[in-house]
Amino acid sequence: MTKRQIKIALAGNPNSGKTTLFNAFTGLKQKVGNYPGITVEKKTGKSTFSADIDAKIIDLPGAYSLFPKSLDEEVSQQVLCNNTDEDYPNVTVIIADATNLRRSIFLLTQVIDLNMNVVLALNMVDIATKKGIIVNVDLLSEALGIQVVAINARKRKGIDSLKEAIVNALDEKPRKPFLDVSKIFKGVIERANEIRGIENNYASFLSLCKQKLSGEVINRCALNQLCKKHEIIPERAQAKETVKRYKAIDKIILSTVKKGAPVGRYQFTKRVDDLLIHPVLGYVVFLSILFLLFQAVFSWSAYPMELIDGLFTDLSIWTANAMPQGMLNDLVVNGILAGLGGIVIFVPQIAFLFAFIAFLEDTGYMARVSFITDKLLRGVGLNGRSIIPLLSGAACAVPAIMSARTISSWKERLITIMVTPLMSCSARLPVYTLIIAMIIPAEDFLGFNLQGLVLMIFYLIGFVSAIVVAYLMKFIIKSQERSYYIMEMPSYKIPDWKTVIYTIVEKVKVFLFDAGKIIIAVSIVLWFLSSFAPGNKFEKIEQQWAGKSDAEMHIAADKLEASYAGMIGKTIEPAIKPLGFDWKIGISLITSFAAREVFVGTMSTIYSVGDDNIQSIQERLKNVKNQDTGKAFFTPAVGVSLMLFYAFAMQCMSTLAIVYRETKHWKWPTIQFLYMGVLAYLSSFIAYQILS
Amino acid sequence: MQKLANLAIGTKGEMRSISDSDLEQKLLEMGCTPGEKIEVVRKAPFGGPVAILVSSYVLTIRKEDAMKIDVKLLKDD
Repeated sequence: MTKRQIKIALAGNPNSGKTTLFNAFTGLKQKVGNYPGITVEKKTGKSTFSADIDAKIIDLPGAYSLFPKSLDEEVSQQVLCNNTDEDYPNVTVIIADATNLRRSIFLLTQVIDLNMNVVLALNMVDIATKKGIIVNVDLLSEALGIQVVAINARKRKGIDSLKEAIVNALDEKPRKPFLDVSKIFKGVIERANEIRGIENNYASFLSLCKQKLSGEVINRCALNQLCKKHEIIPERAQAKETVKRYKAIDKIILSTVKKGAPVGRYQFTKRVDDLLIHPVLGYVVFLSILFLLFQAVFSWSAYPMELIDGLFTDLSIWTANAMPQGMLNDLVVNGILAGLGGIVIFVPQIAFLFAFIAFLEDTGYMARVSFITDKLLRGVGLNGRSIIPLLSGAACAVPAIMSARTISSWKERLITIMVTPLMSCSARLPVYTLIIAMIIPAEDFLGFNLQGLVLMIFYLIGFVSAIVVAYLMKFIIKSQERSYYIMEMPSYKIPDWKTVIYTIVEKVKVFLFDAGKIIIAVSIVLWFLSSFAPGNKFEKIEQQWAGKSDAEMHIAADKLEASYAGMIGKTIEPAIKPLGFDWKIGISLITSFAAREVFVGTMSTIYSVGDDNIQSIQERLKNVKNQDTGKAFFTPAVGVSLMLFYAFAMQCMSTLAIVYRETKHWKWPTIQFLYMGVLAYLSSFIAYQILS
Repeated sequence: MQKLANLAIGTKGEMRSISDSDLEQKLLEMGCTPGEKIEVVRKAPFGGPVAILVSSYVLTIRKEDAMKIDVKLLKDD
């Protein structure tokens, strides 16, 4: 017998524990795409409910109501209000924070009125109890006319009862609305139903209030005439309905929730905030946290990175010996393994970076940072909410740009999107790390790791340039739209470690597999391009050096130069020579236009072709000599110039694709690509000319 | 009647009216309905946003938006 497949949507206010519940339901059976072509806004997962029911869980973005204020909320509205949507759920679970019941129930009652099958999952009852808030679950269930289940998402308690309730809700009969809009706007709603051709009072009311519900062709004109005839101003109608709904909710709250004196928790949040939002200390703490973050990313991950490096060197040696000599051996060892090793090594750093950012967000600290930076960021055309995309941009610009959706003003959101890729993302980390290790001694400076300090300077360069560019764009982009900053400041929470770990696993997976695929493909193509040359050039080189001393080394160098890859590099060399780059770096620059991290793999592949000694990539690059001077090629001038180029240049297809998707216009990714390219070339040029 | 933006930290009051229909709609659905009790809990430095306690959670809004909100002062109980 085939199992019954049902669809469950998870909706609720931000910070209500939605993601934690989603993880409790699905474990690691989640599907999240971060790359173009895959749906990004919807997180889905699978969960087994009973012997004959399987559920697809859809995690909707946090929303306060069905009147969207931002793109994020719009996504939730569209799934819930459109019964032709492929994700339209059989049952909607609204998760509510028991300490915030009044506001949480607002969204719940709206969903009830859409005639959906609804279950309320009451989360954080334990915290509410500490705050002196006692909710009578049975009375609440009776008053709302739906099933209410108390859960503790974090401790995975109550999940089975919730599943049971969901199954029960599958075959619920239609019930009467929580708030009957047809009684508030007499005669109007029925007519609106007729115009829309759908019998759903609340959806018709939303339509009447000029909400754009997807999946329907609306007769806007007829609805507008209807409003005019009954002297209804959509905004006023919406406000009137909201107030009535809250009045009805307040009645329920009064009879089902008892409030005592708060103990502990609120006081704790208050005391921590005295420090973290302090007019002076607040900023000091923020900067210190960032400083610690970069020190940690650099020094804590050093040990696992050495381990991985060693493993790959051993693996390469073993493979080289185990496989029969020849072309295939060379392709595997110097093409694939060299490229792959260059990338796996950065997993520890990326894991630490994502862990830190997930931690800062989950504790509730990011909301405080928004609060103390809103005024400053507004001065440069951004919004307090921009701090989250900007800081997440230090991990990866793709999810960061998506998180800009919570910014309601189009101009502020657009500027945030345009400058976020300037933040040094984790893909730049491999490039920085590799070069810093070559040109900066591993010493302590004033008690701090000097290499870590230099790394932090590069992150600062990214941040400062993002601010400056935002300021310039503020004057260029015109907008009449009003900007808002209306944000909840949640109580501090200890992060749910499982959720943090899931985030890390998910991001590392995306990095390894999605980026890994490109890197292997590029490595193989590169190996071919650098192992073959047009005509009989290679034979001529071999004849030329035959019998002479150091023949092998000269042959390898000349062969690479004569190869197809060498020809491409040589072609662009004149353009990049003023930046201090040679044709080998030129090849790496071209290949990393797919993704920055490909740089390391490319360098690794290029420098290992024709080299029989298997070394770690850092040693290999340190030994590269400048053909003119005979000294080390990677001088500080070349290194700094190269790092600056990577700091500014837009070398990420995924980011460009996501910018296109989020702005719905090719104009913005094009402008972004060009301005960042110009910035990269100029800064590298100036740095190299001054330093060399 | 007082403007929310002008209240000192610790002041308690009751929501009255919001003189901007767009802002009003956004705040209403966040639970700032007329008659709801509020308390100013924090103010960000440099004339930044104001944080108020409303329906037992903390909501932050910009100072110039808080200028559009009328609040009736309440005596401490």
